[in-house]
Amino acid sequence: MLKRAQALFLSLLSPAIALAMAGGVSAESATRQLNMPQGVTEVSQAAYDIHMIMMWICTVIGIAVFGFMFYVMYAHRKSRGAVAANFHEHHVVELIWTIVPALILIVMAIPATSALLKVYDTENADIDIKVTGYQWKWQYEYIGEGVKFMSELRTSQDEIYGRAPKGEHYLREVTQPLVIPTGKKVRFLITGNDVIHSWWVPDFGVKRDAVPGLFTAAWAKTDVPGTYVGECTELCGIGHAFMPVVVEVKEEAEYNEWLAGKKEEAAIYKSTIGKEWSFDELMVRGEEVYERSCAACHQSDGNGIPGVFPALKDSPIALGAKEGHIAVLIDGVAGTSMQSFADQLSEVDIAAVVHYERNAWGNDVGDITQPVDVLNYKQGQ
Amino acid sequence: MAHGPATLADGWGKYISRWVFTTNHKDIGTLYLWFSFAMFIMGGAFAMIIRAELFQPGMQLIKPEFFNQMTTMHGLVMVFGAIMPAFVGLANWLIPMMIGAPDMALPRMNNLSFWILPFAFAILTSTLFMEGGGPNFGWTFYAPLSTTYAPDTVNYFIFGVHIMGASSIMGSINIIATVMNMRAPGMTYMKMPLFVWTWVITAFLLVAVMPVLAGAVTMMLMDINFGTSFFDAAGGGDPVLFQHVFWFFGHPEVYIIILPAFGVVSQIIPTFSRKPLFGYSSMVYATAAIAFLSFVVWAHHMFTVGMPIAGELYFMYATMLIAVPTGVKVFNWITTMYRGSLTFETPMLFSIAFVILFTFGGFTGMMLSIAAADMQYHDTYFVVAHFHYVMVAGAVFSGTAAVYYWLPKWCGKMYNETMGKVQFWIAFIGFNITFMPQHFLGLAGMPRRYADYGLQFADWNMVSSIGAFMYGGAQILFLFNVIRTIGWGKPTDDPQVWEGAEGLEWTLPTPAPYHTFATPPEVK
Repeated sequence: MLKRAQALFLSLLSPAIALAMAGGVSAESATRQLNMPQGVTEVSQAAYDIHMIMMWICTVIGIAVFGFMFYVMYAHRKSRGAVAANFHEHHVVELIWTIVPALILIVMAIPATSALLKVYDTENADIDIKVTGYQWKWQYEYIGEGVKFMSELRTSQDEIYGRAPKGEHYLREVTQPLVIPTGKKVRFLITGNDVIHSWWVPDFGVKRDAVPGLFTAAWAKTDVPGTYVGECTELCGIGHAFMPVVVEVKEEAEYNEWLAGKKEEAAIYKSTIGKEWSFDELMVRGEEVYERSCAACHQSDGNGIPGVFPALKDSPIALGAKEGHIAVLIDGVAGTSMQSFADQLSEVDIAAVVHYERNAWGNDVGDITQPVDVLNYKQGQ
Repeated sequence: MAHGPATLADGWGKYISRWVFTTNHKDIGTLYLWFSFAMFIMGGAFAMIIRAELFQPGMQLIKPEFFNQMTTMHGLVMVFGAIMPAFVGLANWLIPMMIGAPDMALPRMNNLSFWILPFAFAILTSTLFMEGGGPNFGWTFYAPLSTTYAPDTVNYFIFGVHIMGASSIMGSINIIATVMNMRAPGMTYMKMPLFVWTWVITAFLLVAVMPVLAGAVTMMLMDINFGTSFFDAAGGGDPVLFQHVFWFFGHPEVYIIILPAFGVVSQIIPTFSRKPLFGYSSMVYATAAIAFLSFVVWAHHMFTVGMPIAGELYFMYATMLIAVPTGVKVFNWITTMYRGSLTFETPMLFSIAFVILFTFGGFTGMMLSIAAADMQYHDTYFVVAHFHYVMVAGAVFSGTAAVYYWLPKWCGKMYNETMGKVQFWIAFIGFNITFMPQHFLGLAGMPRRYADYGLQFADWNMVSSIGAFMYGGAQILFLFNVIRTIGWGKPTDDPQVWEGAEGLEWTLPTPAPYHTFATPPEVK
């Protein structure tokens, strides 16, 4: 019976796998990882070790218990002429199977405790990075360095909705990854801006909830350069699956170079904020920003989701005065999920997306919103 | 002698009023069971939508917004609509028959506690058709996603949860009152069948924690509509407070679901082993110990929230302790089978599968209790797999076993054994194909409640979806078999029904008359 069902299942499965291949899932990317990664930090190694210890203990107990059970099911079946005994108590046996598991638990508690102590050892960090969860992106701030940026999903809506083939790094790519150096103890100070998110990098063994109003700490130190991908693991709304974590670990010299570049970028940006942008330049940049930061709620066609996320097409705000429109992005709308984008988007990006929203989907206001307008609004506050 | 119930022959009016106004424990049990099965099908349909969307990477059938509503509604409907009412239905049918009582102690309240339930779920499901959609914040509805960031329909959700809570509390009070006051002469506490014991303990848990849930949703209501800031950090509140309050309800809740299942299995395994239950008194003490521990381990659902290390250690140790009484139960069941005379009818098959798969879920539960490892497991598919092993293979399998086991006693007809066994094997295999790969997905890094995923998770998701459709199909067969039995099953009038069955309910005629134990039996 069981065998037949298995054969049936396999025959069901083979066309399914063929379908998956045809659907653009390459055999190479579809690795079948079965176990927890060992990762590249002391903490991830500790988690892996305790995981394996527990798994082996459970496996051994499982084989013993189920083995005995299957023996009973085979040997003491009525069809083999088994006659039921009538015992229903045995105090010594009952005592043994209460005490022995308790002892096993005490033994397990020892490595479990030492592993947890490692996780909580966040003192004496070399570098502090503030990680803030936003709906639906991460912000990284290098404390004391004046470097701060947003890290957003780079996979396009077209790939997600099957209008374009899915790339190799589908949902595992971001606009700007977090970069940390090898050989340094990095402390992550994690918080949330709107709802609760959770910042997870499996290869670091780091998972901490990003709770608004609360800072939690985690740490990582590794000698292995590379790119490590993680996820948001606390349900945070419709973009929950679309805010991956990508961390690049670089050699120290390379890291310093990158950090210097970031500082320079910020300086250059500040000096060019007064530049006049053309109508079309703003449309192109605005569409990019819109797809990345707005389309999840307000939708690519500007129609929103009725009752949850208002339409921007023909909306009084988009068709009204420019200042009012900028105000919504800078201040957010209290009591709704429209948050303030003042810290999330640069002045140029806010100007571009306001301009785009005022001139896309038949919202033909025709005016131009310059970065300086945004700056003026911010300074006027 | 009491009059019989109205049947269709008396006309539709009389027949409908019989069910609406009934105070008969058997009728109310039947209502509960059919209601819970309807909810089971609905919650299952939501699960099928989820698995269909996750069949391949990318968004194919639905949008993330609707996906979140589906995961939320699946959880709420299955927990509050399917599993809990199913066991209340079994309690209604069986507790009076098992303790030799003529009915439940509070029959009118019994009627009320059932009839408010359909309204609660009508309110809850109606939100799916409203502007803004249904609840989309997960069945754990963490604030502030469920307060500041929720659709307006969240108020309907809160109202619905309040009604469900009221229903559960009334049902529990009724069970406690019945068992304390209406046992037949000679039916001492330590002679009660284990199903009755597990339900009494469950009822106490329910009375203790349902008000806590009501408190949580009331605080949400205040935050949303009346400007308080219980869970809003900007107003001096704390989102983590919500989680503490929720899990103080939520952890006992999972034992509320599983304890009656333990009771069912403890009735069925001795019957088909033709041997008394091993370690009856240790079973009772273990159940009580599990219930006690369930109150002091809640924050193991919150290991990643940033608790101080002392808190983490305490909740880790306390959680590990649960393995001891649970282990005692498993050993007792297996020892009951040892040197028995085993046969494998459908109820026994489901009960054995329960023991194996529930124990498997217990193993992963023990792994999850280790805080350092939980940092990797938390909120991934590993957790989804874990709790479906204990909820589906635990509660649902035992509920199915219970229906097959007592159905002949209820309606005086035998179900089709072959169809029952076919259903079992499809369900058993389908279940494992669905949920075993989810362990791998979780360990490899796929978080739960994801509407879409990276390509590296594609294969196992597809396997899991195929298993889910198989498991779903088995339920259609179940429904068919039950209807076929009630309508056209082979009649039987053997009071015992099963060769090895023991207990007062098997001393009654088959099918059980509308009124039983009008004069209490003498228990020796």
